[in-house]
Amino acid sequence: MKLSIPGKIFRAFIIIVTGLYLLGPLYGMLDFSTKPLGLEGGRTLRAWGAIGKNPDVISSLIASFSIAIVVMLLVFLLVVPTVIWVHLKLPAFRRPMELICLLPLAIPGIVIVVGIAPLYRWISINVTESPVSLSGVYAMLILPYTYRSLSAALDLVDVATLAEAARTLGASTMRTIFGVVMPTIRSGIMSGVVISLALVLGEFTISALLAFDTLQVVIYLLGRQDGKIAVAVALSALLFVFAILFAIPTTKRRRVILDADIA
Amino acid sequence: MSNSAYVQLVNLSKQFGKVRALAGLNVDIAEGELVALLGPSGCGKTTALRALAGLQDLDAGQIIVDGKDITFLAPNKRNMGMVFQAYSLFPHMTARENVEYGLRMRAHRTASAERSKRSAELLELVGLSTHANHYPHQMSGGQQQRVALARALAIQPKVLLLDEPLSALDAKVRTQLREEIRRIQLEVGTTTVFVTHDQEEALGVADRVGVMRQGVLEQIAAPSELYERPQSAFVAEFVGLTNPISATVSSGSAEILGVQVPVVKGSIESGKGLALIRPEWFHVEASTSANAKIFAVSFLGSTCRLTIDLSDGTRVRAQIPSTEASNLGIGANVKVTLKSLPVFVKGA
Repeated sequence: MKLSIPGKIFRAFIIIVTGLYLLGPLYGMLDFSTKPLGLEGGRTLRAWGAIGKNPDVISSLIASFSIAIVVMLLVFLLVVPTVIWVHLKLPAFRRPMELICLLPLAIPGIVIVVGIAPLYRWISINVTESPVSLSGVYAMLILPYTYRSLSAALDLVDVATLAEAARTLGASTMRTIFGVVMPTIRSGIMSGVVISLALVLGEFTISALLAFDTLQVVIYLLGRQDGKIAVAVALSALLFVFAILFAIPTTKRRRVILDADIA
Repeated sequence: MSNSAYVQLVNLSKQFGKVRALAGLNVDIAEGELVALLGPSGCGKTTALRALAGLQDLDAGQIIVDGKDITFLAPNKRNMGMVFQAYSLFPHMTARENVEYGLRMRAHRTASAERSKRSAELLELVGLSTHANHYPHQMSGGQQQRVALARALAIQPKVLLLDEPLSALDAKVRTQLREEIRRIQLEVGTTTVFVTHDQEEALGVADRVGVMRQGVLEQIAAPSELYERPQSAFVAEFVGLTNPISATVSSGSAEILGVQVPVVKGSIESGKGLALIRPEWFHVEASTSANAKIFAVSFLGSTCRLTIDLSDGTRVRAQIPSTEASNLGIGANVKVTLKSLPVFVKGA
């Protein structure tokens, strides 16, 4: 649809205002993190340079990314096949599963922490003190987002027929799920995974209350010692997440080809 | 039950809640034969096809293909090629990759060169060799169904299953593809089961047509036999048009419009009934000893359809060659008789 000139101006206005609203705080963070200490002028990259030298930041980055990778693996290997399985084989269980997956949205983080704290105390004593053990609770926390994006992608295509076609052609159930259904709903899976990644990298409440030094906890602690380093770390983490979000493969609208076009 | 049958569906039963989809279905199909299962919605034809493919569990019954009982065999072990009503090409694969998919899934994986050769042959067979590298979204519905047919044939299936493969296509493409399916089936010689609710489609492609009703087979026969010698009122009325006319049956023949005609198997044995007469079985001529009056005339090209009121008040539709209808206008008094063909007579 072609827009009129006033329509184009209005669209540009909305884009500019929204852009300023979103980019303004980021610019503020960049400005603050590059300002020198004291009253002297100019710019300095001291805070940005300190990111690589601060062992707490490095270890928390490694911890957070390790958690993110384990969570993504759990999503790929457990959540995605389960949702597809329920969609294909147990359609009657879709509603209960949706309700279960949406529960983490309804339960406040503090309640979850109170509930799982004894379990994590036991894990810390008997299994590991590594923050990577948070992957389990994070995989549960991201269920609403992964489930919704997967469910939407599965509803868009007739995966039941595709799966049946694959089965009649000799594919086992696992090969059908991993070789046919998952590539078909790739954009839905990627959306779910990336949103989950952003959530895992940004989660603070649970890791802080369970006393794990993840990236957000370290940023918070750094902020109390050196605000500029904390802001530099926060900005770099934000930019990283934005880069990933922009990299999500999107589905292009395709024109349907009719037999009449060919005849 | 014939022992020489390549595919045997024996007493298949399936209940969905209160709906009985299959109620003891028995069908025998010979090797290389194309059998169409025809029937109204809910008659169980798709359930039977899906059961044959292994996609539908049965409550009871047995499926035997090539002498082996495959009733409990998983669908991926049955070696059945299936074309679905909905477009079912894998969207992330090109036409060639779709065709090669079944060969890649085989227990003894086919070599890459052989897969390429086979997919090229099959795309050539369905007339889409120039579309090998096209994705499904770059093809029309008719082209997608052609590729789906090539994909189903690539695995050299024991039985090719076609589940209303033409119903999503427009009329012109449907006719073209129907003829192409028949040509390809005759060329490769694969035993084929074609499910449809479109009688023209079924009569046009099949060696034999099985008419289903409420989960059982009413009649299975060659298209011409099914049309000319239906063995039940349901088959007579479902396949083609019929006119119910009063008839008196005795000793294997019926008197209809003053003419004695033989009755087919399944008709009432004696007494008064309703004969089901095809429109083209009427003989209509202008006459002074008229027994009917023309109510309406529709020109259909080579034929004319006449709506006629018989003297007893029955309204019938007759179809006669246009050359014989030139002097038959609306309101003309005509004599209607029957050609001496066997008819089905049901109880009044």
